[in-house]
Amino acid sequence: MIPVLLILIPLLSGLFLFFLKEEKAVKNFALIAALISLAVVVYAIALNPSGQLTYDTAWLPAIGSRFSLGIDGMGKMLILLTAISFPIVFISTSGNTYKNTAAFYALMLLTQCGLMGVFLATDALLFYFFWELALIPVYFLCSIWGGEKRIAVTFKFFIYTFVGSLLMLAGILFLHYKSEDGSFAIKALTSAHLDNFEQNFLFWLFFIAFAIKMPIFPLHTWQPDAYEQAPTAVTMILSGVMVKMGIFAVIRWLVPLFPQAAAGYANLVMILSITGMIYASLIAIKQDDIKRLIAYSSIAHIGLMCAAIFAHNQIGLEGVMIQMFNHGINVIGLWIVANAIEQQLHTRKFSELGGLAQTSPVLAILLVVMALANVALPLTNAFVGEFLMFNGLFQFNVWMAAVAGISIILAAVYTLNMIQKIFYGKTVAATEHAVDISNSVKWTLIFLVIVVLILGVYPQPLINLTKDTVNAIVANR
Amino acid sequence: MNAIIISALCGVVMMFSGIFTHNKTTIKNIAIAAMLVLLVANILNTYGIYSFRIDVNNMLRFQVFGLYFNSIVFLATLIYLILSGDDIINVGINPAEYFALIFFVLCGVSILSCFNNTLMLFLGIEILSIPLYILTGTDKRNLKSNEASLKYFLMGCFSTGILLMGITLLYGVTGDFSIDQLAVKGSVAAGMTNSGIIVPLGLIFIFIALSFKVSAAPFHFWTPDVYDGSPSVFTSFMATIVKAAGFIAFIRVFETRVPELGASARIIIPLVIICTLLVGNITAVFQQSVKRMLAYSSIAQAGFMLFALYSFNDIAKEGILLYTFAYSFATIGIFAVLIKMKDYTFEGFNGLSKKEPVLAATTTVFLLSLAGIPLTAGFFGKYYMLLSAIKANGQYALWLVIIAVLFAAVSVYYYFRVIQSMYFKDGDAETTEIKPAFKIALIILAALIILVGIFPSLVLNWLYF
Repeated sequence: MIPVLLILIPLLSGLFLFFLKEEKAVKNFALIAALISLAVVVYAIALNPSGQLTYDTAWLPAIGSRFSLGIDGMGKMLILLTAISFPIVFISTSGNTYKNTAAFYALMLLTQCGLMGVFLATDALLFYFFWELALIPVYFLCSIWGGEKRIAVTFKFFIYTFVGSLLMLAGILFLHYKSEDGSFAIKALTSAHLDNFEQNFLFWLFFIAFAIKMPIFPLHTWQPDAYEQAPTAVTMILSGVMVKMGIFAVIRWLVPLFPQAAAGYANLVMILSITGMIYASLIAIKQDDIKRLIAYSSIAHIGLMCAAIFAHNQIGLEGVMIQMFNHGINVIGLWIVANAIEQQLHTRKFSELGGLAQTSPVLAILLVVMALANVALPLTNAFVGEFLMFNGLFQFNVWMAAVAGISIILAAVYTLNMIQKIFYGKTVAATEHAVDISNSVKWTLIFLVIVVLILGVYPQPLINLTKDTVNAIVANR
Repeated sequence: MNAIIISALCGVVMMFSGIFTHNKTTIKNIAIAAMLVLLVANILNTYGIYSFRIDVNNMLRFQVFGLYFNSIVFLATLIYLILSGDDIINVGINPAEYFALIFFVLCGVSILSCFNNTLMLFLGIEILSIPLYILTGTDKRNLKSNEASLKYFLMGCFSTGILLMGITLLYGVTGDFSIDQLAVKGSVAAGMTNSGIIVPLGLIFIFIALSFKVSAAPFHFWTPDVYDGSPSVFTSFMATIVKAAGFIAFIRVFETRVPELGASARIIIPLVIICTLLVGNITAVFQQSVKRMLAYSSIAQAGFMLFALYSFNDIAKEGILLYTFAYSFATIGIFAVLIKMKDYTFEGFNGLSKKEPVLAATTTVFLLSLAGIPLTAGFFGKYYMLLSAIKANGQYALWLVIIAVLFAAVSVYYYFRVIQSMYFKDGDAETTEIKPAFKIALIILAALIILVGIFPSLVLNWLYF
């Protein structure tokens, strides 16, 4: 029953929100709904009630699709990330004002519904349904409340992902045709007999869909623009949670469905990912806009995760699992800082900022911790994940690991550069009269910093949580 | 049988209603009541309750599939009359006759869904087409409407000629008009040296003629001008109900006969599908008027429906019903909104979401359905079409499916332009007066589309009761 609750709570509360009028009430209601989801997730993970983590009922008997949901280790980790992200986003951006607040928060909750569905579905057609549904509210969110170029940019984002998911749909159809019992369940699809050509072909149909979502070079071009133009609250969800859909889908669907093709193309995918890492890092160094910098740095981090999946060993996969969660936390932290700066100073350009540490010391300290986590400094959570992933890459191919390693240095360059340009140096006109951050932003950031440090020292809970998924994939090799 | 006779009777009743009353609203209400009667009569017929028992010498065969198709089409027409009835009566000075013509078209539709004889096919097509030629030209003082009417008439005659030629060729070889007999005798005749080519040739002629009717490329040239030129209310009717009827006729003729077309069918049909998708989608992208965009997009949608001919299995038959439902309902909804707009260009929709949030929201649902986004009926329409192709031809169909989904992505481009105008752009979308009842009808229609988008079995299960 729990998976159904996780979909229904955001869905119903989102639909209800459309009819609320008063701004304050809307924000409170959305926050409460998000917290209820979080409570359900925490209950599911902490108590692990047997028999309640899966749900299965007839949906479309005529075409063999079932409404079946399930939570495994990776699913737990990702629904936890989703459930934590939304309250954090709501609290930290509570100072932002939107026209038509009710619709904004309603669409946010509908996005959460779609995301939960993607992470929970164990039926390919249902998965496709949620995969698309997560996109529609985001399309409206970005196009209505986004920046200046929002319409064109969001449309590009939408078309990109839509093309990808349609190709996946063609793939799902074909797999379904090949499956023995004519169902869409993961088990039936993995046991479908595919010859070499079919397996390779279908691999690409699925991989393109997921690669666009992650995004992997050279399909990443929608991402920096979309992140920049989307309202920051949406950007947090996009980069913190939504890109994890791509990585999740590779682990949950792509690798188990087409094991030979995944092994055969591992080198190619890895080269693409690593190229993207280096390329995105180099561009990040050149950026003058906080949002674009974080966007490019996000491409680099995702590239590493994708590469580590295709290294296909225990240690690399453990790293991916940890890093999926950590990257979500860290990148949301960075966006909160970016939002705080933009809301107060109305600019995101480094060239117009400087010396902010003198006027906003608390923000500076908290940002530095988040930024160092972005560089994966030891003691921060990202260090553990990246260390494990590089270890995995190293076992697979020394040269790949070596080239990918360059991105660590580049990450340090652009992140430290950002800190320096925003917080140090002389105060400029824009930052002279800046005041320190509001309490809601401060406490969410402090919460995130605590998570960063705890998971940096003691990542074992995450490893334990996702152990079953990792073992299943490695055993299935 | 109920449907054919009652629809013709309703047509006559409507014609005379114009004599007894000049109140346009009364006429509209009579039409809606008559439509309701027709729908109920057809549903009763499906369950074996007849009002007329006529020996048709097996020239018509009433099967659940055809009758159920009638029900869907009649329901769509009912909704169409409720939504756009007020606009129909304002097209010209003879409202009663417009409704009469619509009922005559429905008579043609009910023949096309049940014929078992190529002569009845011809009759059905003609009964369907002739009222349409008139409806197209009802806006008498508008040059474009006249042009559309004449164009449609000439093209229609031309295609009917080809249809008759095909029927004649088949008759010449087999000596029979019956579709079942054709299948048997045709394959015997195909073995004879002289007539070997004639059977496929006849079938290809019929194929071409019906392609005209459903506006499949490269026989689509009349469509944009006719759809654009005729009064919008009748475009809505033509683009949905009439087109769907064309597909049903298509399926009835070729159901048993595709094997005879043999290898050529495996080449011709995919080619026509690709052409149709290409022409419809690419041209729609460049339109400035929403009405014209919908005309081209209706060509593109026909491309998807043609998948039913490519695959010919049970899923395809279920799929064409679902597609008819999804496509007709959504298109009727969009046209109902379009008619209320003062400006038919994309800019005319700017800012509609602020002025008329209900219209904007429901139009969004219709557009999402046409684009085939999950959670709408349109998704399952497309899904069934693609699935049927894969089931029929396995990996040989995969490339066709991939081309189709890429074109579906193109279609998102032009459908979403309307959404962008309504929601993301500022403007002052001008509409004519909108009644609360109209909004409620739109909401019900949108809810129906979403409901079927979650449970398509709601539509399909009726086939098996």
